[in-house]
Amino acid sequence: MAHHTWQTWSPSWVDLETPNAARVYDYYLGGSHNFEADRRMARQAMEQWPDLPKIMQANRAFLRRSVQYLAARGFTRFLDIGSGIPTLGPVHEVARELQPEAQVVYVDRDPVAVAHSQLMLEEDPLCRVVQADVTEPDELLAQPDVAALLEPGEPVALLLVAVLHFVPDELHPHAQVARLRDALPPGSAMVLCHACREGRPDQVGPHQDIYARTRTPLTMRGHAEIGRFFDGFTLVDPGLVYLTQWRPDSPEAVGPHPERLPGLVGVGLLP
Amino acid sequence: MLRRHGTPLHPTKVAALGARTAAMICDGRPGQAATALVAAHFTDPDLLVEAVELLRGAPSQEGDPAGAFAAAWAIALRERTLRQQETIRTAADVARREAEQALHASEARFRALFEHAAVGIGVGSVDGEILAANRSLLEMFGARLEDLRGRAVTDLVHPEDTPEIWHAYEDLIGGRRESFQCDKPYYRKDGQVVWTHLTVSLIRDEDGTPRYQVAMLEDITDRYRLQERLHHQATHDPLTGLPNRAAFFERLEELFAKAPPGAHFGLCYIDLDRFKIVNDSLGHATGDQLLVEVAGRLATALGPLGHTVARLGGDEFVVLLEHCGGEHDAVAAARTVLGALREPILIDGHKLAVGASVGVLERPVGTITPGAAVRAADLTLYRAKEAGGARWTLYDARTNAEAVSRYTVSVRMPMALDRGEFFLEYQPLCSLADGSLTAVEALVRWRHPLLGTLGPDEFVPAAEETGLILPLGRWILSQACAQGADWQRRYGQRAPQVNVNITARQARSKGLIADIGRILADTGLEPGLLQLEITESTALGPRDESLRVLNALVDRGITLAVDDFGTGWSNLAYLRDLPLSGLKLSSSFIAEPSAEPVPDSDVAWRIIGGLADLSRSLGLTLTAEGVETRETAERLRALGCDWGQGWHFGRPVTPEQLEELFLANPQKGTNSIKPS
Repeated sequence: MAHHTWQTWSPSWVDLETPNAARVYDYYLGGSHNFEADRRMARQAMEQWPDLPKIMQANRAFLRRSVQYLAARGFTRFLDIGSGIPTLGPVHEVARELQPEAQVVYVDRDPVAVAHSQLMLEEDPLCRVVQADVTEPDELLAQPDVAALLEPGEPVALLLVAVLHFVPDELHPHAQVARLRDALPPGSAMVLCHACREGRPDQVGPHQDIYARTRTPLTMRGHAEIGRFFDGFTLVDPGLVYLTQWRPDSPEAVGPHPERLPGLVGVGLLP
Repeated sequence: MLRRHGTPLHPTKVAALGARTAAMICDGRPGQAATALVAAHFTDPDLLVEAVELLRGAPSQEGDPAGAFAAAWAIALRERTLRQQETIRTAADVARREAEQALHASEARFRALFEHAAVGIGVGSVDGEILAANRSLLEMFGARLEDLRGRAVTDLVHPEDTPEIWHAYEDLIGGRRESFQCDKPYYRKDGQVVWTHLTVSLIRDEDGTPRYQVAMLEDITDRYRLQERLHHQATHDPLTGLPNRAAFFERLEELFAKAPPGAHFGLCYIDLDRFKIVNDSLGHATGDQLLVEVAGRLATALGPLGHTVARLGGDEFVVLLEHCGGEHDAVAAARTVLGALREPILIDGHKLAVGASVGVLERPVGTITPGAAVRAADLTLYRAKEAGGARWTLYDARTNAEAVSRYTVSVRMPMALDRGEFFLEYQPLCSLADGSLTAVEALVRWRHPLLGTLGPDEFVPAAEETGLILPLGRWILSQACAQGADWQRRYGQRAPQVNVNITARQARSKGLIADIGRILADTGLEPGLLQLEITESTALGPRDESLRVLNALVDRGITLAVDDFGTGWSNLAYLRDLPLSGLKLSSSFIAEPSAEPVPDSDVAWRIIGGLADLSRSLGLTLTAEGVETRETAERLRALGCDWGQGWHFGRPVTPEQLEELFLANPQKGTNSIKPS
């Protein structure tokens, strides 16, 4: 259940006429959890940047690899912020291949994505779905399910995959990440994937323009800015790299032009 | 092939899926293989193309495996799509329902807040139509929602609204201000008045266009009534409930401040004739009841006429006519007062006939101060009392002046001396031979806070009666001597003699010798420069004491002159007994040059000539008072008068002004007659 506090004076209205990042993402991945407005925008973006579905698949594959990596290191708690509509290889499925008792709290601010995840996960006793916004970290951390997951004892894997580029600079994303970092138990990890400007500089302007029409405008950032999200963490090998370069399943999976899929990714560990 | 299309999946999974689908195809179950691939998210159309090509090129099998694969793939994809669409629709519906519930919950909270707030809240359009009102507001107004909804905010006026309230309101709905606060009364539905502290705020929409006005009202009726009561207590007499003295003066001053030019007002000052007898014989309780009854009768009789009745204290009441058409109106009010009190008042079986005396004053506003007006009415009242009571008397300027003098002296003079309200002016006495300034007469003035500057004629007689003249006289002497000593130091031989009036009472006072001795010692004035002026009545008074005092003073070198000579019963015997140096001839002897022939004028001049001869033969300086023209001065000189005093030589002025006169006319003739 979405948790409505007393302070929620004006709940966000469910608007199916405006494209939504989570559903557009689903469409890129070949899913049908979307509406005409989402598809119209996705088609337009793909026309301009045909690689987008590949980028999304690569993003999804990185999520899988990073969760596998952390589960293999013994992580059993995952906090997936900006989880969207996780039909293709959701975190709990990937993690449980190695950690059958893995708990996942999915967090998204879109009420439809939250409702969808709740329908999918109704029967799962170890998963929770929370409606919250990464730009309001204090409220996010105050959600009972989140607070329970972050209770001391076990390290937590904080997943911020393809979400921080939806936080504009004026909302101070670095400060918000630092706030989340400070709430993590010792030994926790952060997984990050962020759209970057360097790989396809020609696409930065037009692509941001398309997202400017949504309720989630896109802010692509540079390598250094993205690296600063890992302040306080120690990056694991290979550090901050393009999507396909991070611990590929096989050397040939990297492909000849990793920069053509311009998302920077990395996994950091807290002491 | 699968690996290329299935990067999001783990390679081992992809490999396992590949093995499973290959086995299915080999088993002749291509449809199942297609279904399994779609279920594992292998939905890329390119994958279908490749799979169909592979199946066509494969060693022949039964039927058409490529067609079967394609058909099963399409069916599976269609099913999957429909399922996902249904899921996302359901999710959207759930989300929407939850959002609506949350909105309802939020709205319900707002409504509860609105409905149950302790303050009254009303919402109106910017056109001024009342749209909503909460329970507190309805209770405050004693109304139902139907009574208020749809009505105009501007209907809710009250006569006590200040214009500022509605100006602020216009500014608010016009978008020129965001809010305002005020205290405002409203009529309840039952006609009662509720006082509120009102805050009105403007609500704008997202574009900044004014949309609604929200009024928050706090019921302050009790607080307001308490203030009213406190104000009433401060301004009303607790016994009779009439406005008290403070309230009456406040009203009068407000009238004086606001009345248009030429407006007249009237006062009736009322005093009960036999109240003291009632109080003394029947007790204060009866007296109080009597006052209550009188107050009631006066209020009943005069209130409807629009007049204000106030109790000033004791058995004194006053009626204020704010709009007075003339004396007749004020007199009519006085008659109404007398009429209202004519019937005896029955208290505890006693039939009390209390008449009243009324002083009536009617004046244009602005010709008199509030304080002077009330005093004048009071003094007028005393004439009615003196005439036996049970009557009214009308203000008369002349009798009033006399009464004012007595009144002011007896009431205020002791304080006036302490407060420095007295001051001296000096009038020159000049030699008729050469016009040189030889002496000055010190004249006391009273800068009265209400009556303005008063001359000695207006208060000295009363001071004499009460004995207040003794301290006042001491003050005058010390002031005049200090001034004379200053001149003596600065001008030496040319310094003028200083003449100071003393009254009979002063002259009989043994303390005078000591006082003057001390003053001369303190100031350093030569005794020869001080001349005391006494009246004929002083000279004629009880001889023994004053004669001794005056002789003692003259022995010290002070000179003595008789003032206003020739006005009294001039017993020339005192010319023999008193050690005089001069005579001052009353101004009544000096006939003014007139167009009309005055039959007695020649006689008057001959008397002056005779007195001049007498003075010369007795060695006295003769001063003529009231000299207003050069002709008179010349004639007096020719008749043998020595000095002159009057407007021709100079009016009473301040010491500084006198010095200017003195310096402008410096040559004090050596031949001028100066008493030794």
